[in-house]
Amino acid sequence: MPFTRAQSLEAYQRMLRIRRFEEAGTRLFKEGRIPGAFHASIGQEAAIVGACMALRDEDPMTGTHRSHGHPIGKGGELKVLMAELMGKATGICRGRGGSMHLADKSVGIVSESAIVGGGIPIATGCALSAKVRRTDQVALCFFGDGAVNQGTFHESLNMASLWKLPVIYLCENNGYAITTSIGRSHGQPDIALRAQAYGMTGVKVDGQDVEAVYEATCEAVDRARGGQGPTLIEAQTYRFDEHNVGLLVPGKPYRSEQEVTEYRTRRDPIALFRERLQKAGISDVEIAAIEEGVNAAVAEAIAFAEHSPAPDPSTLFDYLYSRPLDQRPRDAE
Amino acid sequence: MLPAVNGQNARTHVRMSYLEAVVQAQIEELERDESVIVMGEDIALYGGGKLVEQFDERRIWSMPISEPSFTGVGIGAAISGLRPIVDLTIASFMYLASDQIINQASKLRYMTGGQIRVPIVIRCCMYYGTALAAQHSDRPYPQFLNVPGLKIISPTTPADIKGLLKSAIRDDDPVLVFEDTKLWTVKGDVPVDREFLLPIGRADVRRPGADVTVVAIAGAMRPTLEAAEALAEEGVSVEVIDPRTLKPLDTDTILRSVAKTGRLVIVENAHRIASLGAEIAATIAEEGFSYLKKPIQRMAAPDVHVPFSPALEGQLFPGKERIAAAIRRVL
Repeated sequence: MPFTRAQSLEAYQRMLRIRRFEEAGTRLFKEGRIPGAFHASIGQEAAIVGACMALRDEDPMTGTHRSHGHPIGKGGELKVLMAELMGKATGICRGRGGSMHLADKSVGIVSESAIVGGGIPIATGCALSAKVRRTDQVALCFFGDGAVNQGTFHESLNMASLWKLPVIYLCENNGYAITTSIGRSHGQPDIALRAQAYGMTGVKVDGQDVEAVYEATCEAVDRARGGQGPTLIEAQTYRFDEHNVGLLVPGKPYRSEQEVTEYRTRRDPIALFRERLQKAGISDVEIAAIEEGVNAAVAEAIAFAEHSPAPDPSTLFDYLYSRPLDQRPRDAE
Repeated sequence: MLPAVNGQNARTHVRMSYLEAVVQAQIEELERDESVIVMGEDIALYGGGKLVEQFDERRIWSMPISEPSFTGVGIGAAISGLRPIVDLTIASFMYLASDQIINQASKLRYMTGGQIRVPIVIRCCMYYGTALAAQHSDRPYPQFLNVPGLKIISPTTPADIKGLLKSAIRDDDPVLVFEDTKLWTVKGDVPVDREFLLPIGRADVRRPGADVTVVAIAGAMRPTLEAAEALAEEGVSVEVIDPRTLKPLDTDTILRSVAKTGRLVIVENAHRIASLGAEIAATIAEEGFSYLKKPIQRMAAPDVHVPFSPALEGQLFPGKERIAAAIRRVL
């Protein structure tokens, strides 16, 4: 089912929020205002937003180390995400997670796993829970092309198929596991085809086309809510930037300048969707208004993060257990 | 008030084995709370047989042989409204599940700033001393002691396993249960009260004494109590402490006892290096050094794998005589 007009504008806004948030974050990281490592989702916005738009807030979702786009795509607030990237007390994870773990439970995200493939069984468990509790929730599980070579992918797909669990496995196939191409790591390079081995539907979709991803995910949601079980969706996408900002890649480049330029100039999911909106009669004024709104939200998020306090060192043990332990802490000198 | 049976008050305790108490605790919690589910391999047959007869298929899940991922499925279910009991059977399989236990279950609450809770119980059984060779005979709880965010229990009596397992199921944090199969046949009086709960993190003085403190962990409890009994006939008064919870460890109870006796022996069947005994010894050396009249004695399995041949395996684990000898050394 295609987007309504309102959904089109919402999808465009969410993709743009990811793009501008990541651009600002990359700059702040280079300036030393964000610590740690920074993995941007620039280029993969349509795969993320198209899938998220097919789900409800209460539908559980798991993601990956490239975690910033997922909560934004699901409709989360930017302020608490930026504060988390800066390691502030107001961050969505109270400064305990950072760039690889921007999980926002308020929009259904239960885990962003930096262990590749680590979230796949967890999303499967969320789907099992929905079945036990007899809700009509559908779990959405994001992972990359590298994760399909983990045992958790195969074990989880088997269980989901066996019990017809309401879960959607969405592979953001950007072609490279850090620097290793699919050709150099997959004995059988067609990821969607792997679904057949587990008796489930496998779908390949243009991950640069937000509406195509949305439609494929809607069909998977219908299957899941209808008791027909899981779907594997391979969204073919591309990461415009390096695996993480500042990654040193010694020796011969693992991908060509020409390939990167081709995607950046001809396969940019935001530019492609903007053209489609314009053709559908959305005015330049409306598009500019979305752009201004997004820029303002990102600026507000940065200001909020920068003016937020760092976590108090005395809170180090907070959130480790549900209740403070009954034992006298022996870690302090 | 306990329910009346045939006009008389029902007994407050029932005598049962450790293994029966494990099953009874699960039945009571499955009946009490419909968010409790049980997951494990061959669950219909072993241990869980009674459960499968009583509860429908949405409560008891027989898993394919995929320990890493079905543990992760349990974690996902725990995050999203259920209280799964994952039965990993043989303790060596904890290694397969350890990525999900350590990288996910133990960390998700902390890493999300408290947005997520992971109320999961992961059970496993330590088989050893029965000629099953090295890949089925491990006692791997020390590896998990080094992981923040976990709670670990290993009680030694039927009443304690019932009370602690029920507390674990109701706990909002991940709890690992290391059951020692040497204790499965131990019989004891178990409270029938369905609200009988024991707090996680409290040790128990199994036998009061004045001369020597012996901390015995899991299956080491049986030969330790036998050694204490034998030494009593020699006029030696041994205080035996059962930590029951291995993490968080009730160090205060051990310290209080050592302050009284001035002597400490620690007995366990895990390998000696970086074991719980090592941790207890280090903590008492730090905080109770002035109480000690003699060096701390540690009894454990040596740093060698469990061999198959009974002729070799028999010497690995401290028995009654060696434990008694260690106690005599510190008198």
